[in-house]
Amino acid sequence: MHGFANPARFLRIARWLTPLLLLSGIVLSAGSLAWGLWRAPAESLQGETVRILFIHVPTAWLGMAGWSAIAVASLVELVWRHPLAGIAARASALPGAVYTAMCLISGSLWGRPAWGTWWVWDGRLTSMLVLLFLYFGYMALAQASENAGQSRVAAIFGLVGAVNIPIIHYSVLWWNSLHQPPSISVGNSAMAPDFLIPLLVATVGFSLIFGGVVLTRMRTILADAQAEARLRRKAQATEGQA
Amino acid sequence: MRETLDPWLFIYVSYAMGVIGTALMVGWSWLGMKAAEARRDRSRER
Repeated sequence: MHGFANPARFLRIARWLTPLLLLSGIVLSAGSLAWGLWRAPAESLQGETVRILFIHVPTAWLGMAGWSAIAVASLVELVWRHPLAGIAARASALPGAVYTAMCLISGSLWGRPAWGTWWVWDGRLTSMLVLLFLYFGYMALAQASENAGQSRVAAIFGLVGAVNIPIIHYSVLWWNSLHQPPSISVGNSAMAPDFLIPLLVATVGFSLIFGGVVLTRMRTILADAQAEARLRRKAQATEGQA
Repeated sequence: MRETLDPWLFIYVSYAMGVIGTALMVGWSWLGMKAAEARRDRSRER
C-alpha cells in the first residue's frame, strides 16, 4: 500500500487522471440528465416528478459514499500512517457535503408535489441532515489542524461518524417513513429498465465527477503544503545566515 | 381539498440546482487547484 504513498508518483498519475475523470463524468451526467428530462417516461404513480430521481438518488448515494471514503481513509491514516490517506479523507469532505446538500434539496423538491410537504422529521430525512452536519464538523476539524492533511482528531471523528451510514441505509426499514424503501439492491431491482439504465449512467457520471473533485482537492492540499514547507525552509536558511 | 402543483417547476428547479451546484463545485475546486499549484511554482522560483 505504501507503494502509492509517494506524493510525486501520485501527482504523476493525478495530472492526467483529474481532467479525464471530470470530463467523462460531465459527459455521462449531462447525457443521463437529458435522458431523464426528455426521454424517460412518466411513472404511473408519481407522474412526471419521478424525473427528480436522476438527481436525487446519485447525490444520496454519493453523500453516503463520501463519508464511507472518509472513514476508510481515516482508518488507513490511523493504522498504517499512510501519508496520502489523511489528504484523501480531507479532499472527500467537500464533494460529499455538496452532494448531501443536493440530495436534501432535491428530496424536498420531490416531497412537496409527491407527499404534499417539503419536510418530515422521519428517520431517513433526519439522518441525512445529520450527515450534512457531520460533514460541516469534519471540515471544521480538518481546517483547524496545523499539519496539512494529517489530523488524528479529524480521523477519529471520520471513523466515529461512519455509524450514521447504516442508520441512513436501514432507517426506512426500522422506522415508519414517508420515504419509500430501497428499490435497488445488489443483483436485484424493482425498477423498470427505462429508469434503471439512465439512473445507473447518472450514478457513474456523478461518481466520476466526485473522483475528479477529490483529486483536484488532493492536489490543492499537496501544493499548499509543498509551498508552505519550501517558504519555511527558505526563511530558516535566511535566519541561519543572519 | 388537494392542491394541484405543476410538477415541471419542481423538476426544473431540481435539475438547475444539480447542474449549477456541480458546475460551481468543479469550477471552484479546479481554480483553487490551479492557484495553489501556481503558488507552489512561485515558491520554487524565489
